[in-house]
Amino acid sequence: MTNIASHLFVILPELIISFMAMFILILDLYIKDKDRTLIFSLTQLTLLAAGVATAGFGFHEPRLAFNNMFVSDSLSLYLKSLSYISLSMVLIYSRTYLKQKKLWTGEFLSLSLFSLLGIMIMISSHNLLVMYMGLELLSLCLYSLVAIHRDNLNASEAAIKYFILGALASGLLLYGMSMLYGFSGSLDLSVIAALISENNIEPSLLVFGLVFIVVGIAFKLGAVPFQMWVPDVYQGAPLPVTMLLSSVPKFAAIAMVIRLLFIGLEGVSADWEQMLLIMALLSMAIGNITAIAQTNIKRMLAYSTISHIGFILLGLMSGSVIGLSAALFYIACYVLMTLAAFGLIISISSKDADIELIDDLKGLNSRNSWAAGILMISMLSMAGIPPTVGFYAKFTILQSALNEGFPTAVIFAVLMALIGMYYYLRIIKIMYFDVPVKKNKIHISYDMVLALTINAAGLIILGILPKSLMSFAALSTFISLQ
Amino acid sequence: MFNNFILSLAIWTPILIGLSFLLFSKFLGTRLTKSLSLFGGLISLFVTLPLYQKFDLTTPHFQFQEFHHWVTPFNINYHLGVDGFSVPLILLTSLMTLIVIIFSNQSVKKNLLQYHAAFLIMSGLMIGVFSSLDAILYYVFWEAMLIPMFLIIGIWGGPNRVYATIKFFLYTVLGSLLMLVSFIYLYNKTGGFSIYDFYKVPLSFPVQLFIFASFFMAFAVKIPMWPLHTWLPDAHVEAPTGGSVILAAIMLKLGGYSFIRFAMPIAPDASLFLKPAMITLSLISIVYIALVALAQKDMKKLIAYSSISHMGFVTLGLFLLTPLGVEGGYIQMISHGFISGALFICVGILYDQMHTREISRYGGVVNKMPLLTAFAVFFAMANSGLPGTSGFVGEFMVIMGAMKYNIFVAGMSAMTLLFGAAYSLWMIKRVFYGKIKYQTVSKLVDINSTQFIILLTLAALTVMIGVYPKFISNLTNVSVEQFVQYISISKLPTI
Repeated sequence: MTNIASHLFVILPELIISFMAMFILILDLYIKDKDRTLIFSLTQLTLLAAGVATAGFGFHEPRLAFNNMFVSDSLSLYLKSLSYISLSMVLIYSRTYLKQKKLWTGEFLSLSLFSLLGIMIMISSHNLLVMYMGLELLSLCLYSLVAIHRDNLNASEAAIKYFILGALASGLLLYGMSMLYGFSGSLDLSVIAALISENNIEPSLLVFGLVFIVVGIAFKLGAVPFQMWVPDVYQGAPLPVTMLLSSVPKFAAIAMVIRLLFIGLEGVSADWEQMLLIMALLSMAIGNITAIAQTNIKRMLAYSTISHIGFILLGLMSGSVIGLSAALFYIACYVLMTLAAFGLIISISSKDADIELIDDLKGLNSRNSWAAGILMISMLSMAGIPPTVGFYAKFTILQSALNEGFPTAVIFAVLMALIGMYYYLRIIKIMYFDVPVKKNKIHISYDMVLALTINAAGLIILGILPKSLMSFAALSTFISLQ
Repeated sequence: MFNNFILSLAIWTPILIGLSFLLFSKFLGTRLTKSLSLFGGLISLFVTLPLYQKFDLTTPHFQFQEFHHWVTPFNINYHLGVDGFSVPLILLTSLMTLIVIIFSNQSVKKNLLQYHAAFLIMSGLMIGVFSSLDAILYYVFWEAMLIPMFLIIGIWGGPNRVYATIKFFLYTVLGSLLMLVSFIYLYNKTGGFSIYDFYKVPLSFPVQLFIFASFFMAFAVKIPMWPLHTWLPDAHVEAPTGGSVILAAIMLKLGGYSFIRFAMPIAPDASLFLKPAMITLSLISIVYIALVALAQKDMKKLIAYSSISHMGFVTLGLFLLTPLGVEGGYIQMISHGFISGALFICVGILYDQMHTREISRYGGVVNKMPLLTAFAVFFAMANSGLPGTSGFVGEFMVIMGAMKYNIFVAGMSAMTLLFGAAYSLWMIKRVFYGKIKYQTVSKLVDINSTQFIILLTLAALTVMIGVYPKFISNLTNVSVEQFVQYISISKLPTI
């Protein structure tokens, strides 16, 4: 019996989240619309509790549970704690907006929690099927979240598109996994890794399966050439859902890379490193160049996401511990600055008109200088200009790639980053140098002001003192992947 | 004890004052704004003075060093220190910032507080660039400095400001990103970002060439050298007067300073190898751009081109790789800071009343503004290298140095004294002398006492350095010697 208890202890955070997600779903039925703040607070408390449970594990050697299907290690500590923080911020930023749009329902909260559960399962999976299960749980929640505004045509279209392409990607991934299972006879990632290192699997067959797995991962990451769904879904989904899509699930996507490629298929790293490198370069090029042509801010941020994914892949493609810790650092910074950008856009979207076009931001400085300042900080951070954290994010990636001997790729990345700066600067230009179309001042509720100020201050403080997060990322990688 | 944080004080005082202005901008009225920013500028100047006072002239080592661990995973440190090359530029920075604040108090009407805040923050960041001994610290200051300048040109600039400011930003960033790649490369070699390590690490010739090329992209854009100069005339024309002054007086010097601090000592063999190419580029800057200046119709554009031409002297001097040349190039940097700043202020005074910078819209200004004319003539003379002014000293030393290298180079560079006189004095003639042709000119009012004091200070400094250049060279002598030593030792790995 103690055995079961110790297994259950390892999945304690997951248990908390899944139980509370169900509880909130039911509780919501008995609650009046105006009392929904209670559920909101309950959700935040759940995240806090899961955070405490996860942090309680501390840095530790990998702990396996349930017949090696599930693993809890320092990497999962890193990714999970960031997921809690980001989801909590997403919910804080979405609240007012969703209330205005009459979407402030229990479903939103419990679906978010269920998607978080999927993310956590993916982060901790040590088995092909568990990974797939987590992925499907996450994806199904996201499909329905995109469609949560069901009377909105664009949102429904985006949801269908997302569903079809997402299902295709899952299918490809599953196909790749089934091949791996066929060759190795096991779903356990460490068994597969051991078999590969003993040369027990025909390499050409293995690469065949690998291709499908990489394609599946690339779809979920939104890397070029599998990025087609990203801009459309970002544009169609309601703003808070776009914010959710662009932040927390990225932790799961990077977890897929780590678990499947770094741990399971480490033996064929020479093959997937090349694939990741090509995707990295393409993502940076297409993401940055296409973003220049966008007039819709959500689409612009979608392409900017693609380019950031390119940078993350550049860290991952070296297959080294340094590269991985750089990518982990980057993704945390990326999520933080994306949240600031989306949070701000949500906060200035008024009751009847969303900020849709980049031109809607014209003269923001004269309408609300605080808002313009926050958005400027997050844009500078995305462009990678010190003293914001985006600089160190790019710095670590470039350092790892140069260290692994890819000077050409690094110079290419730098040039692409330069192109990227143009459209981030354009946002600043539009906010500060252009004359506003509407003159009225924008009022933002105090809780949003507080939350966003903390978020933006975080970008600067981490930009000046990046050591703690950097060491956190590096330490968790080193402990987990010795 | 005080020596240990004097540099931090010089950097962070203006930045913190500027930031607090931004925070409390809602509560400050116009009059309070003016006196507070004047006060801020004075304090910022005051905290840099001990650098001059306590500077030890006998040692080439970095002084007033500060060292704190910063980003330990990458061995990045908060390491500050100054030598003879940094101190004059730091003083120039804080002085010019104060002058810009005093001048703008009268001429800028829109968002004055933010304007001053931007200048104060920028001044602190530039001092940071001049005193960083850690490459990443340097890079952070170098890049962060672009943000206030971007906003200054974009918010307070002229009609075509958006184009100019984005061009300025992207040009500069292109170079600095490549420089960052070089820094990271050097980090992977040495395991740290300290410039001490960078000076020592042996580098093979192709690597040196690459590093030099990337530094060149960063610094030659900033100086700017032909053919990377095209952003400067745009930026100058669109920038508000204060922006032009800081841009010309200090920002351009960052490029020259960085050549001395990074490019040349880190890649000495590449510098030696590329010496003829760099001298050729400098000569093109000097002669060709001077001819371009001759053809300008806009006063600010003319001064901008003249700046490029004069900065050509700086790079020429530096790449002669002799003590005389380096010293001359350095004095030319300081002198150009005062002269170009003063000329931009003169143009700014005219522009505030006339709202045009077209040379042809003026004529006969001397009848209405005798005092301003006196100053303008003086600075134009100094700009064309009149003996007795600082403009002469630097150019003379560089030409002397060039003479030792190659008589043809010396001859070509000396030609510019002619061209410089031509475009400066011709502009003076067309703007200030002759009969009053336009009604607008006849309504001009001469400079007030504040502007008089500003221009007088700059004129006094110009004469002081012109008559007694030891004022600067005392500080730089030892550092120049050490610098020439650094670049004369090959860094090729011995096999």
